[in-house]
Amino acid sequence: MTALLRADQLTVRYHTRGGSAARAIDGVNLDITAGEIIALVGESGCGKTTLARTLLGLQRPTSGTVLYEGKPLATSVRGLREYRRKAQLVLQDPTGALNPRHTVYEAVAEGLRIHRVPGDERELVTEALSRAGLRPPERFFGMVPHELSGGQRQRVVIAGALALRPSVLIADEPVASLDASVRGEILALLLRLRDELGLAALVVTHDLGLAWNIADRVAVMYLGRIVEIGPVEQVLTAPQHPYTRALLSVLPESGRPAVVLTGETPDPTCVPAGCRFHPRCPLLASGVDDETGRRCRSVDLPVLDGDHRSAVACHAVGG
Amino acid sequence: MGEPLLELRDMTVTYHTGRGPVPAVRGVDLVVDTGQTVGLAGESGCGKSTVALAVLRLLPTTARLGGKVLLNGEDVVAMKWGRLRAVRWASASVVFQGAMHALNPVRPVGEQLAEPILLHGGAGANTVSSRVGDLLEQVGLPARRARAYPHELSGGQRQRVMIAMALACDPQLIIADEPTTALDVMVQAQVLDLVSRLVSELGIGLMMISHDLSVLASTCQRLAVMYAGRIIEQGPARQVLQAPAHPYTKALSAAFPTIGDPESRLAPRGLPGDPPDPSALPPGCPFHPRCPSAFADCVDTDVALRPVDTGRSAACLLEVRP
Amino acid sequence: MSTPSPTAIAWQRRRAAVGRVWQEFLSDRGGLFGLAALSLIVALAVFAPLLSDASGLDPTHATGRPLEAPSGHFLLGTDNLGRSVLLQVWWGARISLLVGVLATLVSVGIGTLVGVAAAHFGGWTSAVLMRFTDFFLVLPSLVLAIALSTVLNRGIFAIVLAVGVTSWPSTARLVRAQTLAVESRPYIERAWALGAGHVHVIIRHVLPAVAALVFANTTLTVANSIIAESTLSFLGLGDPNAASWGEMLNAALGSGAVTYGAWWYLLPPGLAIALVVLAFMLAGRALETVLNPRLRER
Repeated sequence: MTALLRADQLTVRYHTRGGSAARAIDGVNLDITAGEIIALVGESGCGKTTLARTLLGLQRPTSGTVLYEGKPLATSVRGLREYRRKAQLVLQDPTGALNPRHTVYEAVAEGLRIHRVPGDERELVTEALSRAGLRPPERFFGMVPHELSGGQRQRVVIAGALALRPSVLIADEPVASLDASVRGEILALLLRLRDELGLAALVVTHDLGLAWNIADRVAVMYLGRIVEIGPVEQVLTAPQHPYTRALLSVLPESGRPAVVLTGETPDPTCVPAGCRFHPRCPLLASGVDDETGRRCRSVDLPVLDGDHRSAVACHAVGG
Repeated sequence: MGEPLLELRDMTVTYHTGRGPVPAVRGVDLVVDTGQTVGLAGESGCGKSTVALAVLRLLPTTARLGGKVLLNGEDVVAMKWGRLRAVRWASASVVFQGAMHALNPVRPVGEQLAEPILLHGGAGANTVSSRVGDLLEQVGLPARRARAYPHELSGGQRQRVMIAMALACDPQLIIADEPTTALDVMVQAQVLDLVSRLVSELGIGLMMISHDLSVLASTCQRLAVMYAGRIIEQGPARQVLQAPAHPYTKALSAAFPTIGDPESRLAPRGLPGDPPDPSALPPGCPFHPRCPSAFADCVDTDVALRPVDTGRSAACLLEVRP
Repeated sequence: MSTPSPTAIAWQRRRAAVGRVWQEFLSDRGGLFGLAALSLIVALAVFAPLLSDASGLDPTHATGRPLEAPSGHFLLGTDNLGRSVLLQVWWGARISLLVGVLATLVSVGIGTLVGVAAAHFGGWTSAVLMRFTDFFLVLPSLVLAIALSTVLNRGIFAIVLAVGVTSWPSTARLVRAQTLAVESRPYIERAWALGAGHVHVIIRHVLPAVAALVFANTTLTVANSIIAESTLSFLGLGDPNAASWGEMLNAALGSGAVTYGAWWYLLPPGLAIALVVLAFMLAGRALETVLNPRLRER
């Protein structure tokens, strides 16, 4: 299966105010094939949002390439604009994502107008709103964001993205700011879009339950690298990497003894030497043989392949 | 045991806005005993944060508080201002929602921790600073961090400071409003661990508010679920989570699936519509427009809490057996 | 279609929003007074040719005696050439207002352009533009205005340019701050993600959000421009043929009206300036308070 969207040895580094260099993404390979939903999970500072933005072309990588249908992304404004019709973004906060002065119609039609899409604009907007679950669409044309609920606003954002008929949707925490009872509907919508339109999706989230709900594959990120990747059934029920195991164990209802990691979520400006997880690794702390321990502390792991094989970046486990 | 630490009897809160009275809380009965942990679950607009603020009469002036709020037997609603000030923080304290942003950015955290101590007649500077150091150690932060400014601390650390602040005057009851909502999974686990440890070590009562049922079930002994200003189900936390009686509770617990459960794999479940607007509640059972099991009577019958099992009650017309 | 088109709905909403702003504005007494006073003054200025006789301004047709005190015939007395002071103040309004408005257009135009460009493009563009702005901000505006006036040919155009060029920096800084605030909102990122170019983002999102603030700022800038123009004219740099209020003050002083005790020549133009500036300030401040909560709202 050829990848629709692929990240190839991507790194993104930037300089913070203090002058130190932050390695937001420190080498990532990821393949997204048509019609699959990948969940990108991790905690704050792991680089998942930066990865999402880089895949969309909103952030320029320091090195490595993003390839769409095998070709690297254009760097020119015109070229990137073409790409925008294929890959669209759904942001976390639906309230902030809509201009409070624009009506729902204008918000959904914005993309169509930017790209001067031929056809009857009204029909296209109606179709997009309808696909996103806002029915009857005409009722929503004249409404402004503050007249809608959180779930409805998120549907408008999704409709705006759908209007351009993308093949990939990148959603950054699409349900984090929504009420619990409304989450299910939005997630079901994403699944339906996958089934009806063959839409691929990369869902960035810190919520592993969400991955279980809708994703085919899951990639776990830590400090700028993917540390484990594979099918959801496998990674979430039989996790290999100590970090994934710890994350799953602290979920209430996990049925495992909780492994609560000490220390704070790590800082991309100081990435530890060797395996980047080793200072907090419960496996290392509980004892591995000397040789493995030495490698954990001093030898960095290779960047995992992002394709359909399962992979773990750990000296002690498989790898 | 004696009387309960906190007892809410038919508590009502109505906001008087420009558009007319809005009933945010419509008759809540809740009991928290000393050393007991009670969870209050619900979504936006259900009134749970209002309940939290009402206990210490921290509501805005447009709010009218009705019913009885008994803190150690004393009615907070009827308290005089002086007595209320003495009770605030010393008998019960609150860890507010968005607490991480509630810290003053231009003062070191140690000073902010000292503030309630000094307000309640703490002794000299030495006693206060050692008390501040003790509080920080209790929440897992080194005492020297008292000199740090809020922006120098991480989200999890700030939340710990807020918890330390809530403990400052040795309260008997802590009300934590969404204490872990904005935090990462691991930090959330750390904070919940801390809260559980403190509650059992110090023997204080805890009322925790959240929209995440599983978080509440893992930390609290009893669980009450709110919808449209009323409690629609309550009982022992484990039981409510695993065998919910009310359709809303079922939907709420299904929203956060258990990993490994094949039923929720590729099957996200949610409710149609949105949580109701307190100023425009539907007639009859407020949940009926969204309820998958609603039938004819639900539209016009206002349902009260009815017992469904020992120690459990639910406000639903269905013959529910958990 | 029985339902109106979406564009029609959008315009309906905008009209309704303007209506609400108007209602709130009306509730501010100061703003109401300012607006009423301005309307009256502007009306008088615009219809001056219809309501009065311009020939009274011509020194060769002066009918009164020099520096006559106010009387039934000349309500505000006469100037040193025997012309009616009232007529001059009336016609002076045209010049002062015209120069004030034109200078403001120049100032706000440059300021908005620089402010939006600096905030939107950031990086080197911003650094260069802001240093440029700082330079003009630091220059003593009056001195620059004087220098410009002496270099250019005397006339209204020179004054407009002098005032406009020295007062744009504050607008630029304001607009830049507001643009930065607007561009940090997620909907701007969404616009980029949809494929928008710079033009679309600026025209569809930034300018509408900034426009309200700029409009409120404009009314205050007009007041400043009128004062600046009066100052320059008073110092003798104005156009002696275009009798603005500042020119009148200049002439009054120069002709020895003060020593003569002819208060009726000095006071009216001074009061007129003060009144117009006050009216603009009141209206502008009321507008700002009305528009600001909307800006802060979402």
